[in-house]
Amino acid sequence: MENLQLIIPELFISIMIMFLLIFGVFKKNSSQLVYNLTTVSLVAALALIINLDAQIESSLFNNSYNIDSLARFMKILLILSGIFVMLSSSKYIQISKISKIEYPILILCSILGMMVMISSNDLIVFYMGLELQSLALYVLASFNRDNLLSTESGLKYFVLSALSSGLLLYGCSLIYGFSETTNFNQIMVNTKEIEYGLTFGIVFILVGLAFKISAVPFHMWAPDVYQGSPTSVTVFFALLPKIAALTVFIRFLYIPFYELGDQWQMIIIFLSIASMVFGAVAAIGQKNLKRLIAYSSISHMGYALAGLSTGTTQGVQSSITYITIYLVMNLAFFSCLFMLKRNDEYYENIDDLSGLSKNHPLLSLSLLVVLFSLAGIPPLAGFFAKFYIFVAVINEKMYFLAIVGLLATVIAAFYYLRIIKIIYFDPEKEKFESKHNLGLKFTLVASTFFILAYFIYPSGIVDIISQININ
Amino acid sequence: MNFPILSSLILLPTIGALFIFFVRSSNSQYQSSKYVALFITLANFFLSLYLWIVFDKSIVDFQFVEEREWISGFVNYKVGVDGISILFILLTTFITPICVITVNATIKNRLKDFLIAILILETFMIGVFCSLDLVVFYLFFEAGLIPMFLIIGIWGGERRVYSAFKFFLYTLLGSVLMLVAIISIYWITGTTDVIKLYELGIDAKYQNLLWLAFFSSFAVKTPMWPVHTWLPDAHVEAPTAGSVLLAAILLKMAGYGFIRFSLGLFPDASLYFVPLVYTLSLIAIIYTSLVALMQEDMKKLIAYSSVAHMGFVTLGIFTMTQQGIEGSIFQMISHGLVSAALFLCVGVVYDRLHTRLINRYGGLVSIMPKYAIVFMVFTLGALGLPGTSGFIGEFLVLMGAFKKNILVATIASLGVILGAAYMLWLYKRIIFGKLINEDVKKMVDLKRFEIVTLWLLVLPIIFFGFYPEPLINSIEVSVANMIDMNDFDKINKLALGD
Repeated sequence: MENLQLIIPELFISIMIMFLLIFGVFKKNSSQLVYNLTTVSLVAALALIINLDAQIESSLFNNSYNIDSLARFMKILLILSGIFVMLSSSKYIQISKISKIEYPILILCSILGMMVMISSNDLIVFYMGLELQSLALYVLASFNRDNLLSTESGLKYFVLSALSSGLLLYGCSLIYGFSETTNFNQIMVNTKEIEYGLTFGIVFILVGLAFKISAVPFHMWAPDVYQGSPTSVTVFFALLPKIAALTVFIRFLYIPFYELGDQWQMIIIFLSIASMVFGAVAAIGQKNLKRLIAYSSISHMGYALAGLSTGTTQGVQSSITYITIYLVMNLAFFSCLFMLKRNDEYYENIDDLSGLSKNHPLLSLSLLVVLFSLAGIPPLAGFFAKFYIFVAVINEKMYFLAIVGLLATVIAAFYYLRIIKIIYFDPEKEKFESKHNLGLKFTLVASTFFILAYFIYPSGIVDIISQININ
Repeated sequence: MNFPILSSLILLPTIGALFIFFVRSSNSQYQSSKYVALFITLANFFLSLYLWIVFDKSIVDFQFVEEREWISGFVNYKVGVDGISILFILLTTFITPICVITVNATIKNRLKDFLIAILILETFMIGVFCSLDLVVFYLFFEAGLIPMFLIIGIWGGERRVYSAFKFFLYTLLGSVLMLVAIISIYWITGTTDVIKLYELGIDAKYQNLLWLAFFSSFAVKTPMWPVHTWLPDAHVEAPTAGSVLLAAILLKMAGYGFIRFSLGLFPDASLYFVPLVYTLSLIAIIYTSLVALMQEDMKKLIAYSSVAHMGFVTLGIFTMTQQGIEGSIFQMISHGLVSAALFLCVGVVYDRLHTRLINRYGGLVSIMPKYAIVFMVFTLGALGLPGTSGFIGEFLVLMGAFKKNILVATIASLGVILGAAYMLWLYKRIIFGKLINEDVKKMVDLKRFEIVTLWLLVLPIIFFGFYPEPLINSIEVSVANMIDMNDFDKINKLALGD
């Protein structure tokens, strides 16, 4: 039981969930306090993870729970994003009147679920983590229950996500049936021969996972859910579940199914190309910023999958780099969105940005940087993200994928440019409020600075990621 | 390690931009930010002038090379200059302060932002000309799109949005294939360091595809027919300073890229694709000259003439002879000066009458005599009259072309006649003729800062027209080395059957 210290962060978060639940029920009007305590406990969890000895790589509970460099990095990423999401959206929650004690607790629950997913090395543990995060997310999506769109998005997400979980579970059962085990490492050992049932199992699992990261053609929920949910939940949706789902993708593809590369490689390439192209094309006509960023994130997931499809360690590392930079860019984008506030009302249409640069030069400059970075124009961070992916892809001689991906960036550049055009070239509208809370400002400045200054020392993150051990 | 002079050249404008950005803005301080920008760009000019003086013109190798680790184990930040790139750096640092001087008259709103954009753009332009690593080159090459997009889009004319988008997307589409090629080169040879690549060479079986990928980017940027259509739009809508930078420097990035990368890295493929480049260049020279004849908008006419002039440049580069390549480089420098000057001239009358339509003018000679003189010098420079820098470039290019292919050279010579036709006709319609328009009579002659900027451009055009030696001197060794290194001479002789 001495291994228990390795899951202290998870245990800590579980205890905090229970404590905050009781605390919130017994103390009246404590929603803001609970919210702040949640942020604090996330910071504490981050400290606990960093405090763990990085050298230890071990499997707990009969090899069903992995503590390795991948899990460690992804958990740090996850909790950091969680902290920034909490910091940036605190004001929004108060103003949108969804400041209830359940809100931060649900966020903690889903973060716990994601941590379990990230570390899982067993079908059952993985599924447990997945359901924990999903159930919390269903409620969060419909948290603004008096709002029609929010309720609709919650229900929609629930129905579709439950369907995909069902498919995933069916895939798991097939895998179990053909390999006689639920442990990832054992599956790899037991599945040397390719059988139809096994391939079916892989396909079902990949479909379920593709749904979770909203890859085309399993993306239909994303635009509606992004638009309908409260913005504070949308930013959560755009960041954290992607980290967890991508990690699970990596684990599935590179541990149990590693030997079956030719079975899944075409599927991933298809998902990747479809997501990149569809995400870029469909975003062109959008009027709502949240909906647009949903399509944009579909497209970005396509690039992350392109890295995975190579089947090499380098490819996986490029995907991890990509998701890291993607997180920062989206965080910066949503921070800007949180600043579009006037008389206690938030604005989220592209037209509302018209002429923003005249009244809010700094905010517009950040948006400019973020949007060019999302479009992948050098010397901003977004370019490097794509660059690493293409380096990995071209190394495997997958030129078609690389060229389609690059052409998709040109299409995508169009709609990012359109937003810039509206901000900078169009006539100005009414001013927005210029007072914001410190957490939001800090988030925006930090993330924009990261994007801008990334090129000065691009090796930093790559060096850390290159130490991640996949197999 | 010596003083990193090239990195200072690259960074200085950005530091200036940051300085202007962080100084609080109020109307009275607009002037001060202008002086800061002027000071920075002039300092940069003198720094590059110093670089040119210290530069040893008799050595083949790259000089002032700086290298440091950047993306670990993959790409190094590496800059350096040879005789070719140093001229382009000088051109950049010479044109940018002139642009800064002109902003007073042309930019009415958000002067501060405009200066920042220009300074950032200068950083990227200098970066392009001295980077010695393909990835670093690509980074600077692409990054220049951002400030230029904003310059056209924010301070442009009526159809600025359309033009800015067209400019951005055309160039981006062209360059993405180059990125694929650069990464492929890395995996084929294991490096993206240009000097190492010159030594290693690239296997001939990969060259054709790689050449095409680079070509797609440079052809759009040059621009060559048939992907030149973004240029007239961008020129017409951009503010004067934007047009000047676009014509004088941004277009030269592609010509520079052809010499440095297409010829240098893919010599076999370059030879293979010579007919393609000849054809496109000739079409550009003849067709766009004819189109220029038909233009009613001054800026559009000059834009089309730029395409024709760049046709000479590509033609000269791909003759792969000493004269041809030298002529191309000379033509690029000369065109950089002349087209910048012509756009400034258009800017001068546009600021007064707010129209660019040629037929609204006429008879300016009696109202603006000083203007008529400088405009004449630039017109003659553009059509390549002996005694102006334009002549030397075109002459050398045609000499190179005659050495290789008489038919091509003859057709290209026709372009010179057409060039004279549209430029002189433009001059006649604007400067001579009857004073019809009442508004024209109210126009005032050149103001002091206009005289300064325009005469600053007249001097080098005439000086290098009579005495091209300093420029030729600087590029001679580098060009000879390039031809030597890739055995172009031998191949030329083989082709001629000697």
